[in-house]
Amino acid sequence: MGVIDVTNVSFAYEKDLVLENISLTVEKEDFLAIIGPNGGGKSTFLKLMLGILKPNKGTVRVLGKEPSKNLSHIGYVPQNTNVNTDFPIKVIEVVTMGHVGSKRPLFGYGQDEIACAMGALAQVGMEAYADYKIGSLSGGQRQRVMIARALCAHPSILILDEPTASIDVAGQRDIYELLKELSKSVTIIVVSHDISVILEYANKAAHINKTLSYHDISNKEKTFPSHARGEHFCEVELLQMLGSKSSCDTSEPGKKWRTKP
Amino acid sequence: MIEALSYGFIQHALIAGVLVSLASGIIGSLIVVNRMVFLAGGIAHASYGGIGMAVFLGLPIFLGASLFAVAAALLVSVLTLKKRERIDTFIGLIWAVGMAIGVILIDITPGYNVDMMSYLFGSILAVSSEDLYFMGALLGVIVAVMLFWYRDILAVSYDSEYAALRGVNVRLFYTLILILSALTVVIAIKVVGLILVIAMLTIPVYIAEKLSNSLAQMMLYSGLIAAFFTLTGLAVSYAYNLTSGASIIVISALGLGLFLLIDKVKRVS
Repeated sequence: MGVIDVTNVSFAYEKDLVLENISLTVEKEDFLAIIGPNGGGKSTFLKLMLGILKPNKGTVRVLGKEPSKNLSHIGYVPQNTNVNTDFPIKVIEVVTMGHVGSKRPLFGYGQDEIACAMGALAQVGMEAYADYKIGSLSGGQRQRVMIARALCAHPSILILDEPTASIDVAGQRDIYELLKELSKSVTIIVVSHDISVILEYANKAAHINKTLSYHDISNKEKTFPSHARGEHFCEVELLQMLGSKSSCDTSEPGKKWRTKP
Repeated sequence: MIEALSYGFIQHALIAGVLVSLASGIIGSLIVVNRMVFLAGGIAHASYGGIGMAVFLGLPIFLGASLFAVAAALLVSVLTLKKRERIDTFIGLIWAVGMAIGVILIDITPGYNVDMMSYLFGSILAVSSEDLYFMGALLGVIVAVMLFWYRDILAVSYDSEYAALRGVNVRLFYTLILILSALTVVIAIKVVGLILVIAMLTIPVYIAEKLSNSLAQMMLYSGLIAAFFTLTGLAVSYAYNLTSGASIIVISALGLGLFLLIDKVKRVS
């Protein structure tokens, strides 16, 4: 049993299938990148793992249970963190929101909750900003705060939806370095467009475009021969390599893909 | 002006002004951060139907208006559950139909000819002791709700999707915010009238938002700023014999203009 087990899942919003017969096992030490074209079903897949949506067919299990029964084990960083920046709220209040509403004091926040939130902020290097208004931070800093919010409940899985969509390139690297550090103790799943960056950090990749193809990319030199020469891939190349199984098996004989049906 | 303070009705007006200001500071903050200003306007105007109903059935006006406003709030809550993207259409409907019902009910009430203008523009000088109890009780309820469920309301207002994932009952708190808004609108109608109630709920909040780092701070500042505008507006209305509700709003608007000017000057220098 993996941390997350997705078995034969199909999903349709109305008539047309968005996801078709998807199976995937996420292991404890994984840093999984989910890539694929817009409208290919990445976000839908994420919502299935979070229990926001229920599959039409098949099952999703988080640590062996329904996702909605195991919410406290999942930390979630939503896609657009630049909305509502005028909102008068302090960084520490945003982070404290991450606690699940089980045991709590009669009024406001408990000492332990504040301490825990400060710990999460320290993990992402933002503890100095605890009393700042959220709107006064940069996009990258705000993203760190959202990661801290997700870490607040001590999750065993961290799921991020396009964590670097609105951040400059230097900021993106910082975020991925942070995730790499976190991945030593937490399972990480990232949906991302910046595939050329994400694939340097991830050890597994899943390409979703209605169906799913899955690759172990922990050995970069073997997976991407050009990588060893320090070259960067263009996204089309990568998508070609990861997107279709046939190209991996036949046209590029040097590569050993471990694909999963 | 000092001798005016010895009149009972002036004392009532001052107490009502402060109570309503504090309530509308708290609820106005919630309305603004949740982007529900248009919605509050709809509920305010719909509550005119409740005034008509109360007049027609011979009920206390506050009771009729409260029931109608809460019903409108619940209706909005149910409608947004199903069709979020069409909410502005529904609000427009509730806004107009509520008022129309009120006008017709007053039309068909036999022998009724009290000046309905007092509900459109407020009648703070005619606040009774019972009105004050109602306002005080509502403020008490609002403060209690904020003390107990501040973090849930904050979470729902800031990021409702995330709040839902953390196990907060978003639907419940959204409906609670709507009901408290409806009741606050009803007491604010007494002070500034239903036409001007939106200004009362938004102008102080706008200033407070710029000055605050947290929602609680914003609520407190909004209440204090609203109380200042209300008392100043009442004094001006007394001194120059002007309509009280309109005076309060004009003073608020002038206050906002002054604030924006100072803010701009500060930024330039």
